[in-house]
Amino acid sequence: MKRFSIGALAVLALAASMPLIFHNEYFFFAAYVVLQFVVLATAWNILGGYAGYVNFGSGAFFAVGAYTAVALYKAFALPLGLQILAGAAASGLLGFGVGMLTLRLRGIFFSIATIAVAIILETVVVNWSYVGGAKGLPIMRPTETPFFANHTVWLFFVMTLIAVVAVGAARFVETSWIGRGLRAIRDNEVAAECSGVPTLKLKLAAATLSGALMGAAGAPYAQYLSFVEPTSTFSLNYAINALAMPIIGGMGHWIGPLIGALLLGSVQQIVTVTISSEINVLVVGVMLVVFVVAAPEGILGLFRKFFPRRKS
Amino acid sequence: MPHVAHPAFLVLGAYATYLLTTYGIDPLLAGLLLMPVFFVFGLGVYQFYYSTFEGRGSDQGLRGIAFFFGIAFIVQVGLILAFGVDQRLVDADYIGTSVEFGDMRIPQRMLVAFGVALALTSALALYLSRTFTGRAIKAVAQDEGALRLMGANPVRIKRWAFGIATATCAIAGALLIIIGPVEPGLDRLYIGRTFCVVVLAGLGSMSGTLAAGLILGVAESVVLTTAGTAWAPAVAFGILLIVLGVRPAGLFGR
Amino acid sequence: MTALLQVREVSKSFGGFTALDRVSIEIAKGERFGLIGPNGSGKTTLINCISGVLANDGGGIVFNGEEISRLPAYQRTRRGIARSFQIPRPFSSMSVLENLVVPLEYVAHRDSLLKADMQGEAMELLRGIGLADKADTPSNRLSQVELRKMELARAMAARPQLLISDEAMAGLSSNEVSEVLEILFKLNATGITIIMIEHIMQAVMKFSQRVICLDAGHIICEGTPQVIVANPDVQRAYLGA
Repeated sequence: MKRFSIGALAVLALAASMPLIFHNEYFFFAAYVVLQFVVLATAWNILGGYAGYVNFGSGAFFAVGAYTAVALYKAFALPLGLQILAGAAASGLLGFGVGMLTLRLRGIFFSIATIAVAIILETVVVNWSYVGGAKGLPIMRPTETPFFANHTVWLFFVMTLIAVVAVGAARFVETSWIGRGLRAIRDNEVAAECSGVPTLKLKLAAATLSGALMGAAGAPYAQYLSFVEPTSTFSLNYAINALAMPIIGGMGHWIGPLIGALLLGSVQQIVTVTISSEINVLVVGVMLVVFVVAAPEGILGLFRKFFPRRKS
Repeated sequence: MPHVAHPAFLVLGAYATYLLTTYGIDPLLAGLLLMPVFFVFGLGVYQFYYSTFEGRGSDQGLRGIAFFFGIAFIVQVGLILAFGVDQRLVDADYIGTSVEFGDMRIPQRMLVAFGVALALTSALALYLSRTFTGRAIKAVAQDEGALRLMGANPVRIKRWAFGIATATCAIAGALLIIIGPVEPGLDRLYIGRTFCVVVLAGLGSMSGTLAAGLILGVAESVVLTTAGTAWAPAVAFGILLIVLGVRPAGLFGR
Repeated sequence: MTALLQVREVSKSFGGFTALDRVSIEIAKGERFGLIGPNGSGKTTLINCISGVLANDGGGIVFNGEEISRLPAYQRTRRGIARSFQIPRPFSSMSVLENLVVPLEYVAHRDSLLKADMQGEAMELLRGIGLADKADTPSNRLSQVELRKMELARAMAARPQLLISDEAMAGLSSNEVSEVLEILFKLNATGITIIMIEHIMQAVMKFSQRVICLDAGHIICEGTPQVIVANPDVQRAYLGA
């Protein structure tokens, strides 16, 4: 635990000192997106990787965070910190709700329900003129950012913080009795229940936490783009990436989604700029299928296979 | 098995039909011609799925779902790359004309689609209830062990079922593009419609499927005319969520 | 005798099929109880209802004087009902030792997670059942008999008063059957009540003090092993089916 805290602090310090090294604003713009994926992938993994329930609607949880923040900002001009908390709360609630509805059923029904929720919520937002409807809504960025060179750098730092919190939360879940219970559920739900694991409660907790982290990732999105509109906010890219990154990185360990997100996120930033965004998502899809088929334990599994070490 | 890529195959069928019609083939005929191709394609996909997941018995739940999701995604993006995001249309004699019944004007393409869909559903229902293979398909969903005792190989039965399901995508895809324009992103909507109908009907019931399809169709039209087109996408998914929440056990209890 | 478990007129049907039709059973503390019956007679359904994997449609289940038939399975496990499964259900991503830690964390030590030495306790249980050398083996690499033993050890880790062994000997060699039997006898000697569901007649008859035979959701015979073997209905159910 101590080593992890020191590492987390080091990452934050590094992020804070980045502006001294990089002066190009685009770097922070791109890094923000990668970090956003770190949060999404880590959050997805809490329910998907540990408990085995596949969320296809990560985009919806992300968007609920984004639009909650937008609505509150427009109504009460809430500061960013509170927007993030509110976005997380709203998406956490959504995760809990979808969980209540479908987590009693077989896993596939939960997956389908998440798609359903994504499309329903997108439809609602499209028809909700207060937050811009289908046309979208421009968001004014605050003109001054204390301590930071510009607003992009500030948002970059905020997203780093969220990512550290997300990874920390995932790590806590994984190494505690909660994580063992979730893995028992994934391995065999009936046996888990008969071993005293309150499966529904644990799944609900995981769905809530996972949703809340995704919402937190989405909350600063409108400020980041200075604009918000439904199609890109609910984009299927979030859903596919949130799922592909942990699977490609490796689902068993908190570092898997981190590796997957850093790797795929960075590659995508480069590919999107240099080739095209369609090729980019196609690559993600193909890689997902290839990994699921050929390397089910992800990069982490490959790594362990080629560099076996004694179990501590 | 978690076949979430089915709607993507449907859209793939529509595009394949479109491709054939550019050679001057009638769309319905194109759908028929595509059926064997899709059937073989379906057999192949299942075989691959089986040998990588079910056969190995490796945690097929999560990875199986992710596998089909990835396939669906690849199909969708592949179609975008090949055809662009624009909508595609086909042309035939019965498209664009309509038949009049008193004051009602019914577009002929709708009648054709309706007729073919009805014929296809009846044929499937007959096949499932009258033939040995058909009954075995229904049985495999309930009890693999019993089927094995009867001397049928569940894997072969499932592969066969998957082939048939994929083959129907060819015809259904043709109908889809006859009714109206098609775009690559359509499969997301059809995931909702497909599962909505299946869940409403209760798994494995053919007559229920027909009724559920009707209910969904009517519900979508009602919302379309009362609340406007912008709300239409949510209908199927809304019904699906409500059914899942309210009566899941009654509708697909073990 | 004091009843540990009372099954009162429990019914369960699936769609139109009645799997259990008002079945009543009483099991005393410390008893070795055998449950037999042909395939599809409702044995597994009955213990699924007792352990909470399925909810019974009608009737009641009383354990230690408490009505439990509306409790979720994990609550029943915490009250002292543990079981193994007909088809083994290991937590396959975990080592053998970790499999046992799950019930230790969620049942035995759920109020004192920080203080308890669960690894040590799990190791102790494995030693008792003869799997100590497999503690670090991934549970998906175990042989059939090892899986059966691990499931019994995992059930024991929940510190049950009642252990339900669902065909724990299916598919084992006769040597292995006697090994598992011996384990069950030993557990019973420590005061644990045991329900044994078994197809291997010899084993049930040797183990049980009292046997019930189910057929088509009804109890067709109840008594000592000798009575059961001699009963014409039982013979018909087994040979005629």
